[in-house]
Amino acid sequence: MTQETERSSNQETTLQSGAEILLRALKEQGVDLVFGFPGGSVLPIYDALYQQNAIRHILVRHEQAAVHAAEGYARSTGKVGVVLVTSGPGATNAVTGLVDALLDSVPVVCLTGQVPTHLIGNDAFQEADTTGITRPATKHNYLVKKTENLARIIHEAFYVARSGRPGPVVVDLPKDVLIGNATYTPPPPADTPHRSYRPHTEPDAALIARAIAILKAAKRPLIYSGGGVVNAGFAACEALGRFVQKTGIPCTNTLMGLGSFPATDPHFLGMVGMHGTYEANLAMHGCDVMVALGARFDDRVTGRINAFSPDSTKIQIDIDPSSINKNVAVDLPIIADAGRALAALLAAWDADPQTQDRNALAAWWRQIDTWRSIDCLRFKQSQERGAVIKPQYAIQRLYELAQQDGRDVYYTTEVGQHQMWAAQFFKLNRSHHWITSGGLGTMGFGLPAAMGVQLAHPDALVVDIAGDGSILMNIQEMATLAQYRLPVKVFILNNQYLGMVRQWQELLHGSRYSETHSEALPDFVKLADSFHGVGLRAASVDQLDDVIRAMLASDRAVIADIAVEQEENCFPMIPSGAAHNEMLLGPEHEQHAAGITDEGLVLV
Amino acid sequence: MSVLTDTTSRSATISVLVENEAGVLARVIGLFSGRGYNIDSLTVAPVEDGHHRSRINIVTSGTSMIIEQIKAQLDRLVPVHRLADLTKDGPHIAREMALIKIITSTSEKRTEALRMANAFNARVVDATVESFVFELTGGTEKMDAFVELMRPLGLAEISRTGIVAIARGTRVI
Repeated sequence: MTQETERSSNQETTLQSGAEILLRALKEQGVDLVFGFPGGSVLPIYDALYQQNAIRHILVRHEQAAVHAAEGYARSTGKVGVVLVTSGPGATNAVTGLVDALLDSVPVVCLTGQVPTHLIGNDAFQEADTTGITRPATKHNYLVKKTENLARIIHEAFYVARSGRPGPVVVDLPKDVLIGNATYTPPPPADTPHRSYRPHTEPDAALIARAIAILKAAKRPLIYSGGGVVNAGFAACEALGRFVQKTGIPCTNTLMGLGSFPATDPHFLGMVGMHGTYEANLAMHGCDVMVALGARFDDRVTGRINAFSPDSTKIQIDIDPSSINKNVAVDLPIIADAGRALAALLAAWDADPQTQDRNALAAWWRQIDTWRSIDCLRFKQSQERGAVIKPQYAIQRLYELAQQDGRDVYYTTEVGQHQMWAAQFFKLNRSHHWITSGGLGTMGFGLPAAMGVQLAHPDALVVDIAGDGSILMNIQEMATLAQYRLPVKVFILNNQYLGMVRQWQELLHGSRYSETHSEALPDFVKLADSFHGVGLRAASVDQLDDVIRAMLASDRAVIADIAVEQEENCFPMIPSGAAHNEMLLGPEHEQHAAGITDEGLVLV
Repeated sequence: MSVLTDTTSRSATISVLVENEAGVLARVIGLFSGRGYNIDSLTVAPVEDGHHRSRINIVTSGTSMIIEQIKAQLDRLVPVHRLADLTKDGPHIAREMALIKIITSTSEKRTEALRMANAFNARVVDATVESFVFELTGGTEKMDAFVELMRPLGLAEISRTGIVAIARGTRVI
């Protein structure tokens, strides 16, 4: 503790209300934005918010959206997102967002109101066992029982949310704790270790040296990097780029890792996994050394686990020891922050006297290039007047026209086919610009997430790629966009189906489209209009560019309703229970999906 | 070759030193139920630092991969200070206590029960003309053996603590 902070903490004798202490602690944690929705138990906080200007409150229309907005804010800035909701339904509505943040390792602090301590357990009005409900939905949670503990717990909540593998933290705040008085406790100095939670971030030098020795001797190496690199920060992503350039090793990204390595770089193989590229999946299957960097061998990535990359020596670098040997046996685990590990790898590569097997690497690249020449993402778009728009073409044109726009472009997505097409066709060159719900697959994520991104980057172009199913799950946030004049662009690939589910029904359930047709869709143009935004529609290919240009040119929130080919499927696809080398490349392979075993059918 | 391919199940006694805060036990139990792990025995009590820390002893079973996952998952809980896999780390002592009630007024059965209790070092902590309560400490196998012997002698009720465990020698958690 420095003398200065010691003095200030000793001098602190002024009594403040819990609500004032809370805001002061948030300010000291660098919070400038809070996403929330008021209610009875958090009234003291809203009263304190009213009387200050340092923290801006964004009024959402549903608590789930508050969490997704905080996730968008956090994932596009690297800072902790903050949510404020009331007790009972306020807290339960936030749960989906919390689990989303948990599975995608997003630092979020969610402040929940609670009934006064003397009523806890009495089934009081708007009471819910919030810490009980959110225990498996968060990285950690707290119930503050005394005002004098409030500041310390808030500081600790921020530390836990952002340290190690980041995640959501709930702080439950009974109303009497917010009204009661206490003195303020400043945050502990940065070098004070937490009493029990001290994640290991520095890689073991001997393990790094072994990794380099394995990589230099590799004949068919591959880097498979994920969201952990993005979470490690901008410098980590930059270091990944330098490591790939230095070593010439091919690189593939998970859905969460997209943007951490420049997609236009020739070393990039595209996304890996269920809807990943042919070259990325075959490289995963055929490599002899794999470096998993901030990636957790998710089932969407591995396909059938006993056929996953059968001949490779696996090096896994992860900050979370529980990610090691969870699904896939790893030969060389290294527990570390991805950024620090990359810095160590870069230094060790130069220090190691061994020479890299460049001939073998060149042969590996020739093999990869033959896989690439298949052009697995190809599609045919008729340019005839009145022709139906292919969803892939809509995504491609959006990407190309947004590139010409000149502004910094952030993309969020909902969940489904549109999400996978966006992941395949956007050439993301910058980290923290791709914000999608990966682990939980939360429909309704994209619009509120885009809201959070736009608030963090007011001058940027923020586009939510949506489907007609997902967009309706948090459509109420159009009102929030209007209130704060946030010019988010919602780009709906409208196929009048829950497309991804319909695709599975086609391939695995005899085209019995049970409950996947979108009946009674709203008129999205009128809907945008009624929410004070701009509504646009493209019904055929000749209208597409004009609609995208008008969308990008507008300074208001826009919904662009793009009518696309209704039964287009997302390829390539590794059917459930299949291996990477059993990929379906297009409609001509669809009959193979019929051969899926019962075991495969059980998987989702 | 590795932990993932080894499918033989083993029992593991894991001791966890946790911050003694509200909900910490629920957090540990929730981890086990949420991820489908077994709990064969669980004990918890404050142990040090003026009741600021508690020790949880868990007996679980699974393949090596599962046991390693359980340890990694426990270790990343925020209030967990340290943990030890007593089964893997070396020799250790595991003990539990039981209170066992038998109800019988037959004099041969009462005599036989007392004789057995004596052989097992069980203490009589309560007695009436038609009942005994025995207090017994020891390993799980000894408990089970004593319970089986008491069954024909009027066994009426069993209360067991579950395992507490500690490493032999100088090793500490």
